[in-house]
Amino acid sequence: MTVNGAEVAAEVEDRTLLVHFLRETAGLTATNIGCDTTSCGACTVLLDGESVKSCTVLAAQADGHDVVTAEGLAMKGAGEAGGGELHPVQRAFRSEHGLQCGFCTPGMVLASVSLLRENPRPTEEQVRMGLEGNLCRCTGYHNIVRAVLAAAGEMAAEPAEAGAEAGAEVAR
Amino acid sequence: MIPAPFSYQRAATVDEALALVSEYGDEAKFLAGGHSLLPLMKLRLAQPEVLVDLAPLRELSYIRDAAGHIAIGALTRHHDVQHSALLAQAVPLLAHAAGQVGDPQIRHRGTLGGSLAHGDPASDLPAVILALDAVMVARGPAGEREIAAADFFQGLFETALEPDELLVEVRVPKPAEAGWSFQKFTKRAIDWAIVGVAVQGSAVALVNMASTPVRAAGVEGALAAGAAPRDAAAHAADGTSPVEDINATPAYREHLARILTGRALAEAAGRAG
Repeated sequence: MTVNGAEVAAEVEDRTLLVHFLRETAGLTATNIGCDTTSCGACTVLLDGESVKSCTVLAAQADGHDVVTAEGLAMKGAGEAGGGELHPVQRAFRSEHGLQCGFCTPGMVLASVSLLRENPRPTEEQVRMGLEGNLCRCTGYHNIVRAVLAAAGEMAAEPAEAGAEAGAEVAR
Repeated sequence: MIPAPFSYQRAATVDEALALVSEYGDEAKFLAGGHSLLPLMKLRLAQPEVLVDLAPLRELSYIRDAAGHIAIGALTRHHDVQHSALLAQAVPLLAHAAGQVGDPQIRHRGTLGGSLAHGDPASDLPAVILALDAVMVARGPAGEREIAAADFFQGLFETALEPDELLVEVRVPKPAEAGWSFQKFTKRAIDWAIVGVAVQGSAVALVNMASTPVRAAGVEGALAAGAAPRDAAAHAADGTSPVEDINATPAYREHLARILTGRALAEAAGRAG
């Protein structure tokens, strides 16, 4: 499979879950294992551009597909923005204080990226509904919602970024 | 949590999927989106020895207008049902309810056929399909056969599908009566419904009020006899057998069924104009 733009190939047990493949085989530990029951969303990654919970996907099911983790989002952001910067959603989580302990954050950010790809200008309610699959025990969600709305505004103001997102939508 | 060991196989065609399952018999399970099966396997509540992944069967993902009904491929994801312009216009109940399943991540993986074949009475879509009088198309070694929704759900996690049959299509009749509603009561946004109700016209089906999704026969009978929706809703729990679990007692579920049915009938009447 492709992980963050690089080909990752390994022989693993049939029952290997994608989240374990990413953490233990690919060595990418930004993706957290939270509830392990498809509830909390901490393990959210992008699979072919869409958010999925990697504790409930077999590594074998991602064979031949494109996976993006929080590590790749930052690299991708750097590539597109050209200045070694974080992805606009990551920047917004920092500037709007959208995290406290940070455990849910990688999953929350990737769920937000997927949400904004499907709905670039969501209302506050749509953000809250769109993040229903991600639990945060610290923030009370307000600053997370604020961060996603701020990122949506910033991404809409960046034609290059918006163009790239629209291109990804068409490609699917 | 990691599932017990199994052998992962990938089917390139429907025939290959059927051949693999025939070869391994009861020990094999089809894998669609995996969002019902994999959680059970992680909890060791299901331990198939072979998983036959249907993901390459892209030809089973479609939503088509077929004159009197909408034909939906069994591997169509909840996300695609939710966002289908055709369904939004022709069968809005189904598009809306698909958007109420789990959360966005789950809807990116879970499929309509997978949810129906899983046969969980607490799932949303089986009751919706029952209210819509849809027809399931199963393909097995002897060819295809049609199974009416009323005959499809046979027990807890039990359907009319034979072990060597694959659900390939769901045919949803275009509703004759316009009013619709889907209501469910959950503790958290992403939880299974403690109780749910799907209304299409004068058809009413309940989520999690028995070992299968059930039609609320008492409500439908009262409506047919001319009862006002509010009075008909009082019969929502008639003939049901809700379970007791960590979330609710049977009496509480019966109460919820009456309340939610009342709300659903009122909303459906509003939409019917």
